[in-house]
Amino acid sequence: MFERIKSILIKEFLQVFRDPRMKVVMFVSPLVQLIVFGYAANTDVQNVPTAIYDLDNTFQSRQLIRAFTYSHYFTAKYFIATDREQNRLINKGRVSAVLRFDRGFGRDLEGNRSAEFQLILDASDSNTASIVLSYANQVLQQFNGGMLQERMTVFMETVPAIAGVDMRDRAWFNENLESKNYYIPGVMALIVTVMTLLLTSMSIVREKEIGTIEQLIVSPLRPIELILGKLAPFAVIGLAEMLLVTTIGVLWFSIPIRGSLLLLLGTTAIYLLTSLGVGLFISTLSSTQQEAMMSTFLFFFPANLLSGFMYPIQNMPVPVQYLTYLNPLRYYLVILRGIFLKGVGVQVLWADIVALLIFGIIILGLSSLRFRRSLG
Amino acid sequence: MSQDTTVAVEVHDLEKCFGSFVAVNRVNFQIARGEIFGFLGPNGAGKSTTIRMLCGILTPTSGSGKVAGFDIVREQRQIRQNIGYMSQKFSLYDDLTVEENIDFYSGLYRIPNSERAARKEEIIKTAGIEEFRTRLTKDISGGWKQRLALGCAIIHRPTIIFLDEPTSGVDPITRGNSWATIKEMAAHGVTVFVTTHYMDEAENCNRLALIYKGTRIAIGTPMEMKTVIMKDQVMEIQVPDSEIWSERVRAVSGVKQTALFGTAIHAVVESAEKTGPAIEALFKGAGVAGYTVRKILPSLEDVFVSLIEEYDHEHIKAA
Ligand SMILES: Nc1ncnc2c1ncn2[C@@H]1O[C@H](COP(=O)(O)OP(=O)(O)OP(=O)(O)O)[C@@H](O)[C@H]1O
Ligand SMILES: [Mg+2]
Repeated sequence: MFERIKSILIKEFLQVFRDPRMKVVMFVSPLVQLIVFGYAANTDVQNVPTAIYDLDNTFQSRQLIRAFTYSHYFTAKYFIATDREQNRLINKGRVSAVLRFDRGFGRDLEGNRSAEFQLILDASDSNTASIVLSYANQVLQQFNGGMLQERMTVFMETVPAIAGVDMRDRAWFNENLESKNYYIPGVMALIVTVMTLLLTSMSIVREKEIGTIEQLIVSPLRPIELILGKLAPFAVIGLAEMLLVTTIGVLWFSIPIRGSLLLLLGTTAIYLLTSLGVGLFISTLSSTQQEAMMSTFLFFFPANLLSGFMYPIQNMPVPVQYLTYLNPLRYYLVILRGIFLKGVGVQVLWADIVALLIFGIIILGLSSLRFRRSLG
Repeated sequence: MSQDTTVAVEVHDLEKCFGSFVAVNRVNFQIARGEIFGFLGPNGAGKSTTIRMLCGILTPTSGSGKVAGFDIVREQRQIRQNIGYMSQKFSLYDDLTVEENIDFYSGLYRIPNSERAARKEEIIKTAGIEEFRTRLTKDISGGWKQRLALGCAIIHRPTIIFLDEPTSGVDPITRGNSWATIKEMAAHGVTVFVTTHYMDEAENCNRLALIYKGTRIAIGTPMEMKTVIMKDQVMEIQVPDSEIWSERVRAVSGVKQTALFGTAIHAVVESAEKTGPAIEALFKGAGVAGYTVRKILPSLEDVFVSLIEEYDHEHIKAA
């Protein structure tokens, strides 16, 4: 039994490492994905390109503009003087915000009347727009507070301490609200998933394509031995891949790893039951590598969307939220974020780990049965 | 009959349908131990499908069969210990070297460690690929690949071996080499089931079956095929300007078919005794000198072409 598994195992390793495409899949594509999600898919809002439309041009208006541009949220890109320019810049996406002061702003403020100005936002990306708006409010609050203090100093000799409620928000586990900390553990999960899915399904389907599978069927090799011999190398490669992306994530992208590395590998191994099982299942559905690739992505997209990788699960409609409980990737993501960002251990994650284990056993078990039958 | 230890393979009314298409239509045959059994037929006749059922890759739709005394549906595991199989498609791993392929099969069949090196050398030597040992299999030519595949298929010394077109598309030297290996195995008591398109190779078989459109239309030794099974007779005609005469010979009553073999005309006739004199009369009447007309043993090709035509003829009439 072990003899035969060993020969399959050796063969798989030889083939994987001899295939130049596999090297790209294993080393280059994870790096590219990490870079894309670490840098490009950045939802942190900073340096919003802003146009300044100051028709008032008074000390007061300039003071407020300074308050905006001194914060690193807004960057003055254009100084404009007409509506036409304003519309052109917004329409062309040159700026996402326009600060507009009509004539009279300074005079009103001076005359102790409430003064108005406009903040025009490009809200085609509503997420970003609402973040920008909250930043603007923050800037304005500070400005008003400063004004109040100034006025009081003018009217009174001594300034009494002004008591007020001041909310100090502190984001736990991701102090700087950096989106990369949220994304990268997810990207790691996706990389490991796609890798093992493709490796497994393609390697089996390729044997169907070139006809070597018949040679295996007529040999004394048992289906279970074939499955073990095929899956064990890909499990090892999956774990190695996890270590690789963790190293890149920690060293390059400064993702914190607060929990146990051993737990990370252990839970990844449990998750691999699922991804290898699905790969095996796909191999029974496909007779060409192209079909296998298609099926892999057909499985992968919904799994990805319903995992909480891109869109937080609590934002989904309630029925869809229930649906996510059927998605093993969901549990794996919770576990990964728990380990990387929160540093929690089995005491907290056990329910997700058990769920993942149950899914893994069921999926791999059913796929193995189906695979056995597909061998005829 | 099934208890007979001299029978290596037997099938009864073996049938395989793909949907409504009948690929193998209630085929019967028996193969004795140590026999070289040739399975012949044009493309799509159902040869590979039959082999696949015997090896346990496909399950028959109906009918039964035994290989090495084991049932082909219920006792596939036992069969697998006893058989070797070389599929029609090249079935080694292109991205492994010659030696790695052999090592893989050694492990798959659990060849004892003490024997592995010797068997590997034997395969490499028999196939004549000493200089390619560490080369990737995709980088060696078709003929060498085929010899290597044959070697790997028999690495575990099976008692029955199924070869699906082991010599298709390779040069005559490789074909000769493969047939030497096959005969050598048969001499050691191995039963060989082989499919082929080459009629000259079919002559090497102890017995032949002709399969056409899924139906076994003839079975017997090559000699039986040429004498008893073929109802028509063949006359060989040597005559100057044979191309011109071929047409005219066909017009003679009693001649079914003519074909040119080199400079000779082969005429298929119902009866050599009746039609022979008529052909000679044709030449005499035209004043041709130096012709010979004689009855010959048909080639296997003649036999198969005539049997297939006969089959088609009957089935067109029936339809
Ligand atoms: N899996 C399958 N599904 C449907 N039809 C099939 C299948 N396998 C074979 N056939 C059909 O069955 C018929 C017999 O095929 P088979 O491969 O046995 O022929 P063959 O005698 O080996 O021909 P060749 O000399 O071309 O190898 C063909 O018409 C083929 O198209
Ligand atoms: Mg065939």
